[in-house]
Amino acid sequence: MSDTRLSVFKTYKLYVGGKFPRSESGRVYEVTDKKGNWLANVPLSSRKDARDAVVAARKAFGGWSGATAYNRGQVLYRVAEMLEGRKEQFVREVAESEGLSKAKAAAVVDAAIDRWVWYAGWTDKIAQVVGGGNPVAGPFFNLSSPEPTGVVVVLAPQESSFLGLVSVIAPVIATGNTAVVVASERAPLPALSLGEVLATSDLPGGVVNVLSGRTAEIATPLAAHQDVNAIDLAGAGTDDGLAKELEIAAADNLKRVLRPQPVDEVDWAATPGTDRMTAFLETKTVWHPTGALGASGSSY
Amino acid sequence: MPTNAPSAAHALTDVTASDRTLRRFLHGLPGVDAVGLEARAASLGTRSIKTTAKAYAIDLAISMVDLTTLEGADTPGKVRALGAKAVRPDPTDRTAPPTAAVCVYPDMVPVAKEAVAGSTVKVASVATAFPAGRAPLSVKLADVREAVAAGADEIDMVIDRGAFLAGDYGKVHEEITAVKEACGTAARLKVIFETGELSTYDNIRRASWLGMLAGADFIKTSTGKVAVNATPANTLLMLEAVRDFRAQTGVQVGVKPAGGIRTSKDAIKFLVLVNETAGEDWLDNHWFRFGASSLLNDLLMQRQKLATGRYSGPDYVTVD
Repeated sequence: MSDTRLSVFKTYKLYVGGKFPRSESGRVYEVTDKKGNWLANVPLSSRKDARDAVVAARKAFGGWSGATAYNRGQVLYRVAEMLEGRKEQFVREVAESEGLSKAKAAAVVDAAIDRWVWYAGWTDKIAQVVGGGNPVAGPFFNLSSPEPTGVVVVLAPQESSFLGLVSVIAPVIATGNTAVVVASERAPLPALSLGEVLATSDLPGGVVNVLSGRTAEIATPLAAHQDVNAIDLAGAGTDDGLAKELEIAAADNLKRVLRPQPVDEVDWAATPGTDRMTAFLETKTVWHPTGALGASGSSY
Repeated sequence: MPTNAPSAAHALTDVTASDRTLRRFLHGLPGVDAVGLEARAASLGTRSIKTTAKAYAIDLAISMVDLTTLEGADTPGKVRALGAKAVRPDPTDRTAPPTAAVCVYPDMVPVAKEAVAGSTVKVASVATAFPAGRAPLSVKLADVREAVAAGADEIDMVIDRGAFLAGDYGKVHEEITAVKEACGTAARLKVIFETGELSTYDNIRRASWLGMLAGADFIKTSTGKVAVNATPANTLLMLEAVRDFRAQTGVQVGVKPAGGIRTSKDAIKFLVLVNETAGEDWLDNHWFRFGASSLLNDLLMQRQKLATGRYSGPDYVTVD
């Protein structure tokens, strides 16, 4: 008897609405490492997969945006916990996809896990930073509070397949948006594996949906989709081609658009700041009459 | 439009002569091959309907919708809004056809009538103690007469499932006949079987024939108030019944699946069933209807997608 064991290949699948479907089109494409060695076949999503993902994200929006900020923080922290347990797998996938050494890939994965924790802490604090009471010239209580904008399409960064991915997904869902993520075209494996982690992290199905395939093919119908509220073009490239085209399509229903930054200026490892959260928030301001102001100048 | 063939109709008149002949006839209907029926319905559901055929199917489906509101909380305002939507489903696109009818409770018929005045949209009213059908015959008939007097063009009645399941076919037949008479020539009669409560496909086939023998103008799957509503399989079965009934008697009867049809994809599957089973004669809102409310929004969103090439969203159709 031989002691060689047949290898068990993993079937990478999409993550849509809390389930793991294959592409509706039945298509797959080959993913290779930096040297061109075959790694896996992954689904080549079609526009119908994109449509299904938007439907799932819209369905999940009510529950997720309505959850307390504290609860969202707990769920995001849970994602970090789950990632910690599967670190080895992600280190391997990141090392293969990005051509990094084991040690460097491990540092990237650690940073990505820390990023989840960082954003988990922000969920119930962002409102204090960007909202609050406004001084107004009249007998009104005037309060502004940030609210999630809705379904956000995220084109994940093409080069930083894991840290960059986490850095664009976490801020979107931290504030209560739901996301349709288009994974890095060349290195989608960490993104598809992240779907498996999210599915086991108390994150309601549909809050994050992960699609793999040709970014241009999937992003075009998503940018024009009337039921998408915002689009993050991080992975669209900075040349005038695709990003510009998507921005024009997105203007049709006044989507919020986060433009891509020049590649060499993005340092995914740096502490991010709140920009990526505030980009997908709507400010709601409430005027509440306080009645006549008393002699003291205030009725309170 | 086909007319009555006297000799064939006469042959079936004998069937309804007495309880016993009716029972013998209904139990003499061939049994339903449940596995075959479901397989047939499923295989017809795999047809790919695209581009111009899809555009045609969507417009046809919109024109077949009985836009329905049957809630305890219905207000005149809600019925008026529904009527306006039935007349002009997509205010941004005047090429969208109006729906076939609005379907309301009897007390809302005058409001609905006013809301759709001057259009081709009909007013259908449920009657006969909808949805349970548990009331004395005199009450049911009064219900129907009131609705017809208020101007309803169509009456959706429910059969007495208790009597049907107890095997008292004569009583069910008599009730349908009486209601048909109360409708007179003013209103078409749709008979609801509540297929989800009939337990077996054999019962659905028997109920279909019973309804048609008693003079139904339409046979309808369900009220939309129970767990199992219209399915492709039970609709296919009813389509076979109306096809066979016309072959035997020359009388054409319509079919209306109701409840649970929410997406354009589902609606198109039903249209395929109609075309492949009953035939093209039924592909018209005089002979086939969808009892639905949320279906219309999905049809409109698909229509917008076909017209503009962009996926539409629920923000661009009315909330109802």
